[in-house]
Amino acid sequence: MPETQTSQPSPSEKKPVARHIGDDGAMRDFGRNLMDTPRSFRDSMIRHGKPTSDRARSQTVFTNFFLHVLPVRTHLHSIKLTTTFGLGVATLVLFIILCVTGVLLMVYYKPSVDQAYASMLDIIHVVPTGRLIRNVHRWSAHAMVFCVILHMARAFYTSAYKPPRQFNWVIGMALFAVTLGLSFTGYLLPWDQLAFWAVTIGANIAQSPQELTDAIGITQYFDPGRMQKELLLGAHYVGQEALIRFYVLHVMVLPIVTSILIAVHMWRIRKDGGFARPSAADMGVSDATPSMPATGGDSRGGESTGLLKTYGLMGLMKGKTPAVNLELRNTIMTWPNVMYVIGAVAMVTTLAMLLLGVLADAPLSEMANPAVPENPAKAPWYFLGLQELVSYSAFMGGVGIPAIVLLGLMLVPYLDREREDVGVWFSGREGRRIAVISAIFATIATVGMLAFTVRFGWLRNWEATARVPQIVITVLNPGTIFVALFAAWSVLVVRRKQSTRMGAIALFTCFLVSFAILTYFATVHRGPNWDFFWSQSDWPVH
Amino acid sequence: MNPNDQLQTSERFTTPKTRRDFLGLAAAWSAVGAFVMGMLGAMRLPMPSVFPESDTKVKLGKPQDFAAGSTTYFAPQRLWLYRDSSGFHAISSVCTHLGCIAERSEAGDFHCPCHGSRFDAVGAVTAGPAPKGLMWVELTVSPEGWLVADTLKETEPGKTLNA
Repeated sequence: MPETQTSQPSPSEKKPVARHIGDDGAMRDFGRNLMDTPRSFRDSMIRHGKPTSDRARSQTVFTNFFLHVLPVRTHLHSIKLTTTFGLGVATLVLFIILCVTGVLLMVYYKPSVDQAYASMLDIIHVVPTGRLIRNVHRWSAHAMVFCVILHMARAFYTSAYKPPRQFNWVIGMALFAVTLGLSFTGYLLPWDQLAFWAVTIGANIAQSPQELTDAIGITQYFDPGRMQKELLLGAHYVGQEALIRFYVLHVMVLPIVTSILIAVHMWRIRKDGGFARPSAADMGVSDATPSMPATGGDSRGGESTGLLKTYGLMGLMKGKTPAVNLELRNTIMTWPNVMYVIGAVAMVTTLAMLLLGVLADAPLSEMANPAVPENPAKAPWYFLGLQELVSYSAFMGGVGIPAIVLLGLMLVPYLDREREDVGVWFSGREGRRIAVISAIFATIATVGMLAFTVRFGWLRNWEATARVPQIVITVLNPGTIFVALFAAWSVLVVRRKQSTRMGAIALFTCFLVSFAILTYFATVHRGPNWDFFWSQSDWPVH
Repeated sequence: MNPNDQLQTSERFTTPKTRRDFLGLAAAWSAVGAFVMGMLGAMRLPMPSVFPESDTKVKLGKPQDFAAGSTTYFAPQRLWLYRDSSGFHAISSVCTHLGCIAERSEAGDFHCPCHGSRFDAVGAVTAGPAPKGLMWVELTVSPEGWLVADTLKETEPGKTLNA
């Protein structure tokens, strides 16, 4: 029907029709859009106004991909220095620094036996800023291991592993393991003497389950030790195959695994209810009705309680619901207050690494020489405690004890489920006392044991035990004796104090102190032939 | 109560398992199994079947090159070759503890610099953390009359070769 078609104008006819070029509506729109592009581009990227109201500050946090893991409001206890000492953020910042400097180093580094050492010299002496970037990379790697250990101690002593945070503690242990893996794989890449021999020792530790399978006599049927070594080295000795494998692990596999684990770790913090917080932090507020000012509070978004949020559907869900409108008094807007804290930690960490990088050069010894072992061939400091244990027997010191300790630490949240005093350092005065006594106990046990072995030797040095079967030498490591002593001590504490938490504090403190003493001892007092020396100046000259 | 009644009241009968449940579980576990086997298969790749070291088997020399009572060191193979009254034998200087190279002293015993393991003149452990004695390497004589050692092939300690 042609009549109806003409009576209903098509949409295009509704638009203003251009008569002259100068009066072009679409062109005018185009011009206006062009002028407006910077603002509309910004609006499309950030869909809220400047963070001048609490509403906009909330949106700043929860509409931002990188910030949405943070809550909109943060409890005051969470940004107190003594709650975390910023160790988690510092570790994350170090990981980011390591990724950035690592990628920069990859531009020049060549993972080949013939060229690796030369490319290291290039990076140090020729590449612009190469020396600084390498220094920062090396010191950040050390600092990351250090921060991870401190962060773990912090989480432990403030009971941050307790329900509902048990699984995040397990993820933390996995992160501890991959951090050590990253450091170990990076250690080989410079292809200097120290790297070559430290990794030779590391690969042979991986092979050390053979000590056990040899003792039982099943090595020819089942040889996990050989499998591990061959998987790691791709050969019988450290060479090109090992270098490329360590490189792939170091620059690709482990960083990806670490990134994923970090993401899950941070996400779980939020999902598990933020940082562990003592009930005392909310004293006197929880029963008071928070005041609800109609307007958005002061301009900095400080102490206001302007955000009124309803959790309609949450009420229908099983399990805990977020505490609505409770404790608002003790919280502050995340933006900008928490951002200041994170920024400060990030800047201090970066500055410290830069300063270290400027002031101290990362070591590089002479090129790897498979014919002459470095003497002493010392691993990086965080492995030296293990190296001390390995010098009594490889399997127990290098595989058995680390596995027992790691497994023990992982199980802590499942064995100690007391819910009291979460978020309180050492769970209070009693825990502090237990920690001090345990530290003294561990110091006496460790120093005593080391002094004993230095003075009198170990099993093979004595007439009566010189011919004992190898299985006894393998299992009866001084480290085995520490672990047994510490376990017995913590069981005693559990029984005496009728508290699994006190027992856990005793055990963890013993391991931490023992680890520190072994690390110090192997760093300072072990020299050529792994003999005891009071200081490095007493070393015989080669 | 006959056995059939007992079966009818057992939990296996009272909680119904439909054919659909069974098929669903079978599908899910098949998928899991396929994934695990696939990953295991992929993980076979990094396990080398051929080793890159080409210099493990080496001609040490003609038997007459070595005087009776002599001791010779082959640095690339980390190997000590002995010729004594009973014939030839070879001892690897790679420490059995963690793979460092043990030094041989004037007296003929071995000492590892890394963790202080000590071995006597025939490679048996005398001190330190080493789990076993130094490896005795198998010696053979090639058809052309060369003395050949393969540093990966072990022979029992005390076995000598007359050539």
